[in-house]
Formats: sequence, structure tokens, C-alpha cells
Amino acid sequence: MRAHRRAGLVVSEVNTRQGAGRNLIDAIVRHRVAATIGFLIIFPWFVPYHTLAINILIWGLFALGFNLLYGYAGLLSFGHAALLGVGSYGCGIVIVHFGWPWYVAIICGILFASAVAAVIGFLAIRTRGIYFSMVTLALAECVYYLFYKWESVTGGENGLRGINVSTINLFGFEINFLDPVNKYYVMLGVVAIALWLFSRILASPFGAVLETIRENDARAAACGYNVANTKLMAFVLSGAFCGVAGALRALHLSTVPVEVMQISTSGDVVMMALLGGFGTFFGPFIGAAVFQLFGDALTLWTTHWQLYLGATFVVFVLFFPRGIWGSILHWLRVAKP
Amino acid sequence: MSDILVAEGVGKKFGGFVALKAVSVRFAQNKLAAIIGPNGAGKSTFFNVISGAFPASSGRVSFEGHDITGLPPHEYARRGIAKSFQITNVFPQLSAHENVRVAAQMQKTRYNLWTPRAAIRELIEEADHLLERVGISAKRHAVARDMAHGEQRCLEIAMALACKPRLLLLDEPTAGMSPEETIKMMDLIVTLAAERTVILVEHKMKLVMGICEQLVVLHHGELLAQGTPDDIRANEEVRRVYLGQGKY
Repeated sequence: MRAHRRAGLVVSEVNTRQGAGRNLIDAIVRHRVAATIGFLIIFPWFVPYHTLAINILIWGLFALGFNLLYGYAGLLSFGHAALLGVGSYGCGIVIVHFGWPWYVAIICGILFASAVAAVIGFLAIRTRGIYFSMVTLALAECVYYLFYKWESVTGGENGLRGINVSTINLFGFEINFLDPVNKYYVMLGVVAIALWLFSRILASPFGAVLETIRENDARAAACGYNVANTKLMAFVLSGAFCGVAGALRALHLSTVPVEVMQISTSGDVVMMALLGGFGTFFGPFIGAAVFQLFGDALTLWTTHWQLYLGATFVVFVLFFPRGIWGSILHWLRVAKP
Repeated sequence: MSDILVAEGVGKKFGGFVALKAVSVRFAQNKLAAIIGPNGAGKSTFFNVISGAFPASSGRVSFEGHDITGLPPHEYARRGIAKSFQITNVFPQLSAHENVRVAAQMQKTRYNLWTPRAAIRELIEEADHLLERVGISAKRHAVARDMAHGEQRCLEIAMALACKPRLLLLDEPTAGMSPEETIKMMDLIVTLAAERTVILVEHKMKLVMGICEQLVVLHHGELLAQGTPDDIRANEEVRRVYLGQGKY
């Protein structure tokens, strides 16, 4: 974390410097929830097809949840695939096995993911730095194999099938959920609530404590904050947001492929958060959009698209450690008017 | 006379190395005390043990009559013991004001996820007040890592004060400061000691002689002498190991 801090990898949005020429950015940062939702409302009309927009929306929310832990609390988890996956399974299982309504299923996804996050977090926060990352990775693999083997409930290697939500009833209106545009905007409603809650957490006194732990946990303890408890709470909250993303993904795909829990998912979310900018509010959505659009465009002419994505990742780590959105914020703030 | 902090037979070993050998000291309430000694005397080790940075290998420390040996660091702050570190230790990417505000926040709320920070006016005002108290209110919006060294030291004191401590522990508060900054800092420490107990570690003996009411002299990890500055000046042993070097 110290090395990251020196490289300026972590950008704090709280300390906006005074000066001219940054009014637009300042306005976006100040009204970050409205700005992000506004962007997401018009976004699907600028991407090649609507299901891609849905993917980006879901991955963006997942990266946002991941970012709470790394960008704001400084804890690098390599086990977030488990949280996304459990969110998906939690939502899917109650629909497939109990026939519960979709909105209850989303809440179940959140609760499942938070509970698993509490267990992984409880064990992982005892360690620091690279050991923390390794413990989260190992525990996420355990969760993966558990769901892989638990065939009667999870469908095992075939994945959980039959999460069929074709129409949903919203305030008396029957909405065709199979239409990707409808699906996108219903999900955006859920994402909007999540964004609003996320922003409140960041602006709250607890959000301030998270920043102090990222900055200097020994000092945070000397101020009287219980570092272990705060980290655990951050992990659970991160799990809850990833759980929302997972639940939406189950509804979107109508199935939960067990591969979602594999290690590559954990890697992808780190990449998206980095591309967008660690510790920025809007960054995760930018990162998810770039990652998905890039992948989508490259697959058309090469099967080795991940090679190019990997190279892009290396370029960002070396030359733009603040990510796309983080760099834009930084340039506009430090640039002389 | 009631003692606020009592160390009984406090020892500390690092592997085979004995840094501190059974030191027993009682610090009186609302006094300004200093722990002095030549380099390597065990001052910082003793300071770190009584401030909870690491546990003692033997002996016990009690604060206001309660045993605090081995408590986790955040418990020290909650019981009313605040400290500043020898190496400047702030939240580098936060503004000076936020550094102090978040330190003050602990007294009021820790796990509030809902109320916006900006809505808790009393914490904002308290941080303003403390920045003014230590003389850096002009740097309110400055990012901590961009501040001058002396200003960061003052910021640390403001953060420690934000914990509303009854005991303030300062580890070499003037380290690396210019002579002017040092004088200002010592003046500040004297005014702070009027309201609470202050214990500081210092190796510049001249600095503390004039202002402290109690001096504790350590040498080779052992308690060499303790008492008023006059007692210490008159102590043959201290003169031999410390003052006798001529440069003090």
C-alpha cells in the first residue's frame, strides 16, 4: 500500500483543490451519484448492443464493490469472485428451488454474499499486504469447490439453470424482462439505489475511518479506532455490493455458470478497477466499460484478445497508475489554469 | 499526590537483547515530565511500552489505577492516552483539517454509515479550533504530505489533542525542527501541560531542564535517576554519564 501511495495510485476525491478550470470536474465529483446515474441512463445508446450495456452495468457495480475495499480501505482482495458468485447463487437458488419473487431473490443474494464476506473477511483481516490477498484467494477457491460439488443445490459443473424471470411487475406495470432495454433500466434502478447508498457510506464518518486505515492504520489505532473491526465491516459492505451485482447477473443470464467463481473473475475485477481508477467513485464503471468494449471489439478479429488486454493492463500499471478516471481528475486538478 | 501513570518493573527484550531492565517510575497527575538519557538509553523503548505500541516483556503499567498492560493500541486512546510518534505520523493524503477532524470523530462516532461528515458541525469546528491552537490554521486545506516538517509535527499534536487525552505522550516533539520552531513547540507544550499530564521523550536535556517538573533519566536500559530538575542537576551519577560530556 505504501508503494501504491507513493505512485499516487490512490486518489482521494474528498480533497478537491481550489482553482479555476476544474468547475465541470468539481461539479461531477460533488454530485457524483447524479452524474454517474446520468451517464448510465444515456450509456446503452452508445454501445454496439444492449446486452453488452447490461454486462457493463453489472461489472461496473461489481468493481465498485471491490473498490470499496481496495480503493478506500487499502485492502487488496483476490477473492471477490466468490462474493459475486455467492450473490448469483443466492439469488438463483431461491428463485429455482423456492419460486420466490425477483426482488426478494436480490435481497437473498445480498445476504448470502455478505455472510460469505463476513467469514472470508474474519479470517483474512488477521493478515496484511500480500498475505491478505493470498488468504482471500485461497478461501475463494474453497467456496468455488464447495459450490462445484454441492450439485443438488447448485447444479454443480452444469451451473444453476432455470432462473426464469420473463415478466416483472413494477408498481402495477407488467414489464417484459426479456427485452434488453427494459432489463437494463430496471437493473439501473437497483444500481442507482446501490450508488446512492455507496456514496452515503463514503461521505459518512465510517467512510472517513476507512480512509485513515488506507492511509496509516497504526495512526488510526492511535486515534482510538479498532482497525480489525473496521476492516471486517468494510469487507462485509464490499460483499453486499458485490452481492447485488451477482444477483443482477443471475437475473440477466437466467443461469449461474459455476465458472463465475473461478480465479479469473477475481483478476478481472482488479483490472477493471485499475483501468478506471482506484479510489474513485466513477472509475469502476469506466473500467468495466473499457474492459468489456475492448474485449468485445477484439474478439471479432483475434482469439487472443486477452493478450492485448494484458498488455494494456501493464501499460496502465506502469504509466497511468491512477487509471483513466483517476488520471483525468488528477490532470484537471493539478494543471495550471 | 495521585499518580496518573505507574510503571512497575517494566522490562523489554528484543530477542536476546535487553533494551529495558525492570524500570519502575510513577508519573504525577497534571505535571510536565520528561524521559531523558543519551542515545540508546532505552527512552523510546520505555515510551513505546507505556504508550502501548508494543507490550512489555515483564512488569506492568497502570493508568489511573487500572492495569493497561497489553491492551490493544486503540484501547489506550479510548481511555484517554494520546501520543505523537517520533517519526511524523499523519494521514498523508488527507487535508490538515480532515486529519484533525477524523481524530476528533472517534469521541463521537465510529461506525456511523449514514450522517454526512459535513453535517456534523461540532467536529468541523473542533478541528478548526485545534488547528488554531497549534498555530497552523492557515494550512487548513493543505494536504498533509505537502506540509513542512514542523507543521506536520504541529498537526500531529493537534490530532493527539483531538482525542481529548488526560495523558499526552510526545516522542521527541522537536526532532528535526529549526531553533525557532523548537522554541514555539516547547512554548506550546508548556501551555498544553497546564491542562493535563504531559510526558515527553527528549535527548536534548537543556530543552527540558527549564520547563519540566519531573525528570526520568535512563541509561543502558536502566533507571539512573528521577526527580525534579534540581535533583537531577545535583546527581553525581547523572553528571558523570550525561552532563559531564561538556556539551550540555
